[in-house]
Amino acid sequence: MNDPVDVLIIGSGASGAAVAWSLADTKMHILCLEQGGWMNPSEYPSTGRDWEAKFYGEWSTSPNVRGRPEDYPINDDNSPIKVVNYNAVGGSTVMYTAHWPRLHPSDFKVKTLDGVADDWPIDYDALTPFFEENDRMMGVSGLSGDPRSPLTRPPMPPQPLGLSGPLIGKAMNKLGWHWWPSDTTVATMDYEGRARCINLGHCTPACAQGAKASTDITYWPHAIRAGVELKTHCRVREILTNEHGMASGVVYYDKDGVEQFQPAEVVIIACNGVGTPRLLLNSVSGRFPNGLANSSGLVGKNLMFHPYAQIYGFVKEPTDSNRAPPTCLWSKEFYETDLSRGFVRGYGIQFGRGAGPVFEAVASEQKGILPWGVDHHRVFRRLNGHRLAVSAICEDLPEEHNRVTLDPVLKDSHGIPAPKIDYTISENSRKMMNHGLARGREILEAAGATDICTNDPIPWGGWHLLGTARMGTDPARSVVNEWGRSHDVKNLFIVDGSVFVTSGGVNPTSTIQAVALYIADQMKQRLANLFD
Amino acid sequence: MPELNQAQRDDLRTIAAMIIPASDEYKVPGADDPTIQADMLKTLGRDTELVAQALDHLARLAGKPLAALDAARRDAVIKEFRAAGGAATATLVRVVLQCYYRDDRVLRSLGIELRAPFPKGHVLPDGDWSLLDPVKARPPSLRRA
Repeated sequence: MNDPVDVLIIGSGASGAAVAWSLADTKMHILCLEQGGWMNPSEYPSTGRDWEAKFYGEWSTSPNVRGRPEDYPINDDNSPIKVVNYNAVGGSTVMYTAHWPRLHPSDFKVKTLDGVADDWPIDYDALTPFFEENDRMMGVSGLSGDPRSPLTRPPMPPQPLGLSGPLIGKAMNKLGWHWWPSDTTVATMDYEGRARCINLGHCTPACAQGAKASTDITYWPHAIRAGVELKTHCRVREILTNEHGMASGVVYYDKDGVEQFQPAEVVIIACNGVGTPRLLLNSVSGRFPNGLANSSGLVGKNLMFHPYAQIYGFVKEPTDSNRAPPTCLWSKEFYETDLSRGFVRGYGIQFGRGAGPVFEAVASEQKGILPWGVDHHRVFRRLNGHRLAVSAICEDLPEEHNRVTLDPVLKDSHGIPAPKIDYTISENSRKMMNHGLARGREILEAAGATDICTNDPIPWGGWHLLGTARMGTDPARSVVNEWGRSHDVKNLFIVDGSVFVTSGGVNPTSTIQAVALYIADQMKQRLANLFD
Repeated sequence: MPELNQAQRDDLRTIAAMIIPASDEYKVPGADDPTIQADMLKTLGRDTELVAQALDHLARLAGKPLAALDAARRDAVIKEFRAAGGAATATLVRVVLQCYYRDDRVLRSLGIELRAPFPKGHVLPDGDWSLLDPVKARPPSLRRA
């Protein structure tokens, strides 16, 4: 048996890394178990001529396509939106677009303001210092002063507008609609040991330059220097409990596949909105027959993606294509509720700068706008390097039938039952998506785009995994309390996107990390009576 | 991992040329070019099974080597093949496109540098930031909570 640790963190991604770093100053013995390994930037796709082809195989955003030993399979056949993630030190921050909006203050009060879903038990103000701390740690670029977003103070200037930004800006100005340079975790100047962005144009599947913040190069070096221990290629099977109903530690498979028990005084789960309920549901015992921390029956329920309604077209002018980070602008024009639109809540818009030649050829052929035969070359030259995209990132409201359960058949390489997703797009979300597509068409037409196509939803768009172990003050209606502790197991904490009560209409990683830092801070303030 | 047999390779070459024929106008080879075909076969890897499935389906529709059909019949077979769709067909087409659009001659014709994105990267123009002035001029409108 391993020596006991004070704090055991499961998962080293966005939230696990932030919590590890924050708790390190307590000088407790902290161990993190990560099922993946350390990344090697010299092997990242943008270092090779075949960089685009890798998207369709070993660097796919889908774990089911990648099929690396570090990945676990996910049965998402019963969902129009497929789960995407990454499993390594840094988790899915290794493979994300680095788009960095925060949830708005109104997102925490949806019941009060709009009469739907539930209010969060915490508000935006409680998270403000942690948003700022996190922006500093992750290294954010952007332009302060967005009139429709919470005030941010990015430590680095925004990305260049490039060729695509002005085309979008002019179109939005023509329509009189809000737009603004995105906050991003792409370093626009040398920052804390990270080199500035050189526009590899290939942000999502990892940044060879190290300009994009992923927690393996932001939080983890600091946390490890402060004494946190990180063990890689260790996959946790289940959390065990003792006769007092407290978590006693975890069973995991080490890098050699050997089953181990790791005792711990405190267990923190940071496995994302699919991995966390999977682990809890796999942790059954006589005392917890329906899975750990599941007296409410809500573990795995209320899964929220952000359904993405994407529309794109092709302009006469050259766009940035693959020569820039894929996103650079956002709009909050339709973010807040306006019932005259026919739905409640709203969506953010993120704009896409373009695509590389292989992606363009494959996508356009699939859409039927790039022909086979003699006309292929002429049409391709009109499309390639001329794409602009508009994506409405729609707020998904919590519904219990959207859920993560355990697949009765599918298992990972260690024989651990895999997650199964059952998810449908709600009528409210569908109306919101239609609205987003209609407004997106107006934007593209204002930019002079033709050959307009849609992805509705983006099928491989399940980046944001939220709500499956929700936060709340009522143990019958939530899984963890207002500071992340399980209602049922008083030394068990959850810090990832599972605890989201609602999803907002923006990319959630900034807020996930702010919540994680907030929970860590709450723990530190209560160390003397953490289990009371 | 099993490789494509000769009949499958022949049909792959024929259908690749139908997807992307050579062009004198743009001074580019077709996707049946030997170098591009060799790249496809060398890097097929995890796509081999689905591509083989697609080619077997094509062979069943054609009844004989695709290249042996007359042009009208070949076009009809391809039309039926495309209409059936599916993951195998999509994979075959994607393999053709991803190998074609990384060939030096093709990229040169498109004006794309023959190199990996890293370490040189790209230079972006800063853009016209005065476009943001109308947005800045509007009053803040963040919804109060």
